[in-house]
Amino acid sequence: MFEFIQRLFGKPASGAMAKERLRLVLLSDHLSLAPDVVESLKHDLLEVISRYVEVDAANCDVTFEQQERQVAMLANIPILGMRTRSTPPSPPPAAPPPPSHEPDPAPALDLAAPRKAAAPAGARKKRRKRPAGAAVPSAG
Amino acid sequence: MHEVLEHESPAASAVPRKRGRAIVITSGKGGVGKTTTTANTGAALAATGATVVLVDADVGLRNLDIVLGLEARVRHHVLDVLEGVVPLDDALVSDKRVPAMKLLAAAQTREKDDVDTAAFTDLIGSLRDRFDYVLIDCPAGIEKGFANAIAGADEAIVVCTPEVSAVRDADRVVGLLGDARAVKLIVNRLRPALVRKGKMLSVDDVNSILRLPLLGVIADAPDVIVSTNRGEPVALDPASPVGESYRQIAQRINGTLTAPPEVPRERSFFDKVFGSRR
Repeated sequence: MFEFIQRLFGKPASGAMAKERLRLVLLSDHLSLAPDVVESLKHDLLEVISRYVEVDAANCDVTFEQQERQVAMLANIPILGMRTRSTPPSPPPAAPPPPSHEPDPAPALDLAAPRKAAAPAGARKKRRKRPAGAAVPSAG
Repeated sequence: MHEVLEHESPAASAVPRKRGRAIVITSGKGGVGKTTTTANTGAALAATGATVVLVDADVGLRNLDIVLGLEARVRHHVLDVLEGVVPLDDALVSDKRVPAMKLLAAAQTREKDDVDTAAFTDLIGSLRDRFDYVLIDCPAGIEKGFANAIAGADEAIVVCTPEVSAVRDADRVVGLLGDARAVKLIVNRLRPALVRKGKMLSVDDVNSILRLPLLGVIADAPDVIVSTNRGEPVALDPASPVGESYRQIAQRINGTLTAPPEVPRERSFFDKVFGSRR
């Protein structure tokens, strides 16, 4: 609906913008995370997934959805193809860092943990790249 | 849990009465209409025959008296009572228009830190023994004044306007009120024409975030401004649609109205042309 309005009028109605901005800021409030931390979480998530498959980074959609007073993360990441790679992903050179709240993304990432974490999002990830202009299903 | 009180007659004061309900009106953000909501909800409840006391907990920024038009009649305030300067009855201001309603004003030249939370809680408790409803007008913010105001209340009404800042602050306040209090929502200053155009958060938008039982929706109408200018609660104006919204809120509080609140309609062209003579 939000995007429909956006497409129809060139820019979204301010009420819808208010709702979306509120949703995001309350997510951060509830998680006690700053907005830049949420952004860097998205960035790191894409970085890890793109080690395994080629993703359409421009059309990635990582959203947070409020369910009662909890928040779920939903990732819709179009896959362009498999990453052609001579060697399997090697473990990170340094010891895996503990879960960090630092906004600065740590260069070394634990590959075992993301593999497990990515599993529930797998079904969503399998969606092929949509033809341009097709209706965008809502993340929920 | 307080529904047993609903139909208790004020005339039955000879028998030991049950304790009244202490309801704090709060919002987090300032300027969303807490004081106006307190004044009008109180007036509407008193007009149904219930006994009501309005307590201004905004020490240092006293306003409930002027919104009610009782500013010239305040002689003593809540700190005078707490500090034993005067007995409680000397500080209660009566309202001729609604004799069942009393006001306990805030101190204007003192600070919120001067109020002892335990003593204030005890005061609310003794008011509950004497009145059907104790409505506490909470100050803005989430500091000492907020803590004092909510301490003695077992119910809360969160007032929120359809603005991002108000919703965010209301969300914070709901968290601070905790699970022990029954918390309900009044959406204030809604402009239906803007909502229809998608230029304002709707009641559903607001409550999709706050998720509280909805007590009422108040339109952003000139009646409220005019009545506040005059110091006459709009809830006592039988011709005002906003007054009717407040009367319905009172009926939802006392349990005589169970229908969910309606979202106010847009003012018609006729209303705009002929409705501005108040």
